[in-house]
Amino acid sequence: MKSLILGTAALALTAGMGLADTVRLGTEGAYAPWNFVNDAGEIDGFERELGDELCKRAELTCEWVKNDWDSIIPNLVSGNYDTIIAGMSITDERDEVIDFTQPYTPPDPSAYVAQSADVDLAGGVIAAQATTIQAAFIAEQGWTLVEFATPEETVAAVRNGEADAVLADKSFLDTVVGDDLVMLEKSESLGGGVGMGFRESDAELRGKFDAAIQSMKDDGSLNELIAKWEVSSQW
Amino acid sequence: MFSYCTDPSTLEGLSWLSCYLTTGKHVNLYISVFVVLTLLAITAPVALLFGFGAASAARSKFLPLRWFGKGYTSIVRGVPDIAFFLFFVIALDQAFEWMRHKVKCPDWDQPIRQGIDFVVCDAAKLPLSTSPQWVHETYGFFLAVLTFSIVFGAFAANVLYGAMRAVPRAQIETAEAYGMTHRQAFWRILVPQMWVYALPGLSNLWMVLIKSTPLLFLLGVEDIVYWARELGGTKTARFTDYPHPNWHVWYFAALLVFYLCFTKVSEVVLDRIMTRLTKGQATAAGEAQRKAAA
Repeated sequence: MKSLILGTAALALTAGMGLADTVRLGTEGAYAPWNFVNDAGEIDGFERELGDELCKRAELTCEWVKNDWDSIIPNLVSGNYDTIIAGMSITDERDEVIDFTQPYTPPDPSAYVAQSADVDLAGGVIAAQATTIQAAFIAEQGWTLVEFATPEETVAAVRNGEADAVLADKSFLDTVVGDDLVMLEKSESLGGGVGMGFRESDAELRGKFDAAIQSMKDDGSLNELIAKWEVSSQW
Repeated sequence: MFSYCTDPSTLEGLSWLSCYLTTGKHVNLYISVFVVLTLLAITAPVALLFGFGAASAARSKFLPLRWFGKGYTSIVRGVPDIAFFLFFVIALDQAFEWMRHKVKCPDWDQPIRQGIDFVVCDAAKLPLSTSPQWVHETYGFFLAVLTFSIVFGAFAANVLYGAMRAVPRAQIETAEAYGMTHRQAFWRILVPQMWVYALPGLSNLWMVLIKSTPLLFLLGVEDIVYWARELGGTKTARFTDYPHPNWHVWYFAALLVFYLCFTKVSEVVLDRIMTRLTKGQATAAGEAQRKAAA
């Protein structure tokens, strides 16, 4: 009897430990309104709220980790965190290396921002963040591409004349246009929406988050969140 | 931080600045200064130790040891830093986890390499995924120290190897004539005398090391350059209580002052060490010191 109780206790304990496993969410922290570092030094933005809500629905304990965009996929597959939630568009190239959940935002148009509206895109120099769908798109067009490590630098390059225009997600560029920069009429539809990235061997965790995203889509709370942060069109 | 900081949009001038400079984000910047200084304080002696070990190995009479010493210095010096920091750290981390995996989960039946994924059992994760964030950060910090030490150790080894050869042969011969063994001559004659030849090269290395800390962010450690870039970026009123245009120039100017002061202090200290080491040495500077004293 005693061993039976002990056995049950051990089972309950290990089951409890299974639930208490911490899921580490990797993000960039430099891409407002998707993810950025707020005044208090914490990760904030659309994906912070989304990620916290998804973890609550999937009954997981989550922890946020900041990582450089350039090494965000290598660090995921090597197991330094468990998922990427960093405004990453679903593309075929990335899908070969990692697995994505269903998209949590629809494909967002990418827009151009320049110093004047009559800029010649094909003949000019276009800035984009390195290893993004926008950079790949410009390279495909055969235009002159100049890449930067952070979104901030791509915009700064247009301001100081190093590049003629910058191509990035429209929601991000909305936050930077002002007196000196204008958004062009032309926009591109790139990628298959933004989703969470997982290791290909981690199908179980991906399933949990996939279900949580579906439940947020079903009850309309995802649309509310998208509207609140103005990140993209709604579902 | 201060009680009057609740609504920064009403503040102006110095009081605004005092609130701005004490936000949680800026505190992170100040902490990163200490992180960088700690890293340098630990890395420098460890790298010197690695360098000394490798230089002694490269002089060894035992062939495999000599190969090891020479191989280490040539290979590590030849690989670009950034490739080393991207590839080596991940490989090192995986090597640690692989060893723990073999010990802790002997009855694990799935392959560790699944495509490009690296999968070990939960108990072998380093640090455990349940560990608090500071454990992860400390672990990343020590990986950084180890990587920096290996890279700079290789350069230090080359400098020390040259310095050991620069000690006049006559000194060793005299030691041998006094009946010292090879080991005694090495520790009592060669090592105390080689530093004066090694110091110019080592001080160069120290200066390069001071400025290579931005590589830390590749390892997930947030250093001062990362925070200066993050804080200096344009901030719109939608996401912060302290909106400002692009202030990179101010933040980088502050970094410039920091690095210049640090370099100056290092130079003063290194100069003093040099004067001390020169004392009584059979070098031109040592000769000059003797004449000045006489």
